[in-house]
Parts: sequence; C-alpha cells; structure tokens
Amino acid sequence: MARDITLGQYIPGHSLIHRMDPRVKIALTFVFIVFIFVASNFEGLLIMVALMFAILLMSGVPLKQYFKSLKAILFIVIFTGVLNLFYGSGHVIWQWKVMQITDGGICNALFVSIRIVSLILYSSVLTFTTSPTDLTDALERIMKPLKALHVKVHEIAMMMTIALRFVPTLLEETDKIMNAQKARGADLESGGVTQRIHAMIPILIPLFVSSFRRAYDLAMAMECRCYHGGEGRTKMKQLHMTNLDGAAIACTAIFCAAVIFCAAKFPAALHELR
Amino acid sequence: MGYISAQNVTFAYENNEGEEKNEVLHGVSLDIKKGEFVALLGHNGSGKSTLAKHFNAMLLPCGGKVYVDGLDTMDEALKIEIRRRVGLVLQNPDNQLVASIVEEDVAFGPENLGIAPPEIRKRVDDALKAVEMYDYRLSAPYKLSGGQKQRIAIAGIIAMEPDCIVLDEPTAMLDPRGRDEVLHTIHKLNNENGITIVLITHYMDEAVGADRVVVMDEGKVLTQGTPREVFSQVELLKEHELDVPQATELAWRLRKEGYDLPECVLNSDECVAALEHLLNR
Repeated sequence: MARDITLGQYIPGHSLIHRMDPRVKIALTFVFIVFIFVASNFEGLLIMVALMFAILLMSGVPLKQYFKSLKAILFIVIFTGVLNLFYGSGHVIWQWKVMQITDGGICNALFVSIRIVSLILYSSVLTFTTSPTDLTDALERIMKPLKALHVKVHEIAMMMTIALRFVPTLLEETDKIMNAQKARGADLESGGVTQRIHAMIPILIPLFVSSFRRAYDLAMAMECRCYHGGEGRTKMKQLHMTNLDGAAIACTAIFCAAVIFCAAKFPAALHELR
Repeated sequence: MGYISAQNVTFAYENNEGEEKNEVLHGVSLDIKKGEFVALLGHNGSGKSTLAKHFNAMLLPCGGKVYVDGLDTMDEALKIEIRRRVGLVLQNPDNQLVASIVEEDVAFGPENLGIAPPEIRKRVDDALKAVEMYDYRLSAPYKLSGGQKQRIAIAGIIAMEPDCIVLDEPTAMLDPRGRDEVLHTIHKLNNENGITIVLITHYMDEAVGADRVVVMDEGKVLTQGTPREVFSQVELLKEHELDVPQATELAWRLRKEGYDLPECVLNSDECVAALEHLLNR
C-alpha cells in the first residue's frame, strides 16, 4: 500500500553541491537565473551554459534525471522556439505567403530555447540536491528580515514543514478510501468528465473529514510538546557557511563578471522584429 | 501529595451551543507517586482519557484542582513548565509526528523549549537510543511501522526530559508485534530511567505489569490497588462490564465450578503452574 513517494525531487548524495549551505544555494540559483537574462548574446550565454554543465557534473546526480525534468517542459521549449523562428530580421531563407523564416529568426529561436533550458536545469540542481526540509529551513532563515514587515515567517515555514510531512500520509489515505469505495461498488474509472468528477465526491469528503481530525490531533500533540509559536524557539540543525560556500560564491562572481563583460563587448543576439 | 495529584476533579464538555453541559468526571481524586507505573483502565466513555488530559494542563478542571510537581495546572503561566514535566502520547502515531525526518521530529519538543542546539543533538540521540530507534534517525516516518512510529512519538516526549509520561491508549491502533515493542519500551523507561508512567488502556493484559491499577467507570474511580488486588474482584469488574485478563478469567471460572485454584491468577504462566499443580495431585 505505502508507495515510495519522492517528496519534491530530492536525490540524496554527498557531492560538493549537496554539501553546500542551502541558503547559499538558493541565493546563487537566483543569481544564475538573473544572469541568464543579463547574458544578451551567445558569448555570454555560452559562459552560463558552460558553468551550468560544470555544476550538473559536480552534483553527482545522474544526467538522466536532468533529461527527465527537461522532458516535462519540452513542449514549452518547442513552442516558444517555433514562435521565435518567425520573428526576426535578416536574410529570408524560407517564405510562404506572409510567413517567413530569416536567419535572424533561427538565431532568436536558438537563443530563447537555450535560455529556457538553462533556466530549468539551474533550478533542477537546487531541488535535486537539497532536501525539502533544508529548503524550508533555508527559506525561513532567508525570509527572517521580513519579520519586520509583520510577515509570519515562522508560521509559513511551519506550515510548509507539516504539509510536506503529511503528503505521503494523505496519499496513502486516499488510496485506502478509493479502495473502500470501490469495494462498495463505486465506479471511478468509467464515464465522461462530469461523471468522473461526481465520482470523486465520495472520496474527497471522507478525506476532508479525516484531515480535520488529523489536524485536531496534531495540534494537540504539538501543544503537548510545548509548542508556542516561533518565540524563543531554537533549532537543532544550525546552518553553517563553509569555505566551500565561499568558493562557490567567488566562482559565481567571476563567471557573472565575464557575462557582464560579454554583454558590454559584443552585440546583442536577439534580433528585433522588423 | 503525590507527584501528580488530582483533587476532587470535575469536568464537563460544553456542547456546540455552549450551554448544555455533559459532565464526564464527577469528583475524581487520584495521587500518582514519582517513579510509579500506573495503569488506568475503563471502557469507552469512562472518563479515563479526559482525566489524563488534566495531567498536563491540556484540559483544566471545572471543579477541584490538579497539581503536577506542586504546580497548579490552572495557572496559565506554568503551562509550559507542566507540559515539560508531563508528556502526553496519543493513540494515533501518524497524527502526532510533525517533521518528515525522524530526528527532526524528536527535536521538535526541545526546540520549542529553546534549548541550545548542541544539547538538543545530544538529547535527540539519547532519546532515540532509549526507544531503540537510533538506526532509523534519518528515515521518513511514513516508511516506519505503527509500533516504530509510536516509539518515535515516545522519543519526542523523552527528549524534553520529562518526569512523567502519560500514554493515552498508545497500542490501540497497533498490531500485536507493535504493541509488544511499545510496552517493552514503556517498561524499560520506567525501570531504567525512573520515569513515572501513566498507561491508559482497555487491554487488561497490559495492566498486569503495572505497579498499580486504577479502574474508572462513569467518571469515577471504581477501584484501585495492585493488579492482584484489582483483578481478584472479578465480580465487581464484570458488573461494570469490564474484562479481566484471560488467564484470570479462566481460573476464576474453574474456581466457581469448585476446582481448588488460587484466589487470583494474573498471567498465563501463573495459570499454567496452578493448573499443573491441580492436575498432578
């Protein structure tokens, strides 16, 4: 019954990337994403792609996994790529009525596709090498300054932790309820869309009822364990920045400087619409 | 006064309209000594769980007083102190684990108490070793069996270094093996760590190993004493639709039929010995 559910997409490991402070990982991922857009020509983008491949290899996660995450967005890549084919100036290569493909359009399509793919791969590195608990933990700490703006940082992080904890439990419960309803003759598989949605009702209602019961129990258990909000709370796991994180930051800075240099030195790759 | 002292406690749940009241405890007085292992028995609706929730200020008495280590549970400011001293383990192991990694769940209590991180680490390791779950510290709770999850829940309480643990039917949702694991753990904590245990159960066999058995019925203490004293009152228990351990029941019925068996037999070993003695004569 209990299926093996992968929470998030975390793939355990001990690579350099795995060992980095999750706060630094989140921050650097953000920087990478920004610089993918700062890179305005192929020279700059090449630097970002080279850095990306270096990171992918260092992460020790099988490249197969990365391809899998790309598969999910393949349609978007092709769609935007094809659209961009038709927008661009330069020599006309192929023409049919009002539609035409120019060398500039091919350039654009290539450029935009590479951007999207790098975007996905950079964020995949983060989710593949950081456990969901580390992610929420790091987010809580990164968002701490927002407390001054009365954002309930601790509460949000606590809710995320509990949600993650209960995903497998509720999945298992859904399975049980579905089987129980099937045993009573419920037909969940046949019929049109409306019929199927109707068939979900006897599954969702018990699931809701039991979730509320669980929530009540959990709240009591938390109170029994002296939970009283984020005030005066400590954490067993302390996040430490190490030399590794310093090296990663320095490395990123150098690559980013190179991208800015390229952006200034070489002409932009994206060809404007005529 | 005992470590936990309930003095003439009455309690009523308010119904939805907040007017009509449904009294479930009618003047319960009970003293629990430090280091004692008390089994609290009674069938559904006898008020045993309600009473247990008074022991760590989860519920407050409508009348009477409850003291924990001399602290009055009515005092709002002492709530955290009381809950640190008396931990409560609930029936459903799935609903009381907070984090998705075992060791982080065990750390939840000490983190709430604001203890320094290195000390938490030590307490978590010690607590997991005490319930014999140290090897599973990095597992996800949903991959564990019911008995293992319940032991993690117990570890989460132990990590707060309580003097007393109250367990509200901790074995009700477990298979026989899980039940044995949990009972073994509870007894070990009582014997080796000197932690006071209040075990609420409706399995009579679990109560046999306790120092003292308290039987509740209709919001009152029906009878109490050592397991032998309580389970020798088979008629009284039967009158209130309560069971006795199976071995006790067998010996009692045979005695009623005129066989010469001892007054009270508590477990199967005693029962076998008594029957052997009878047959060999």
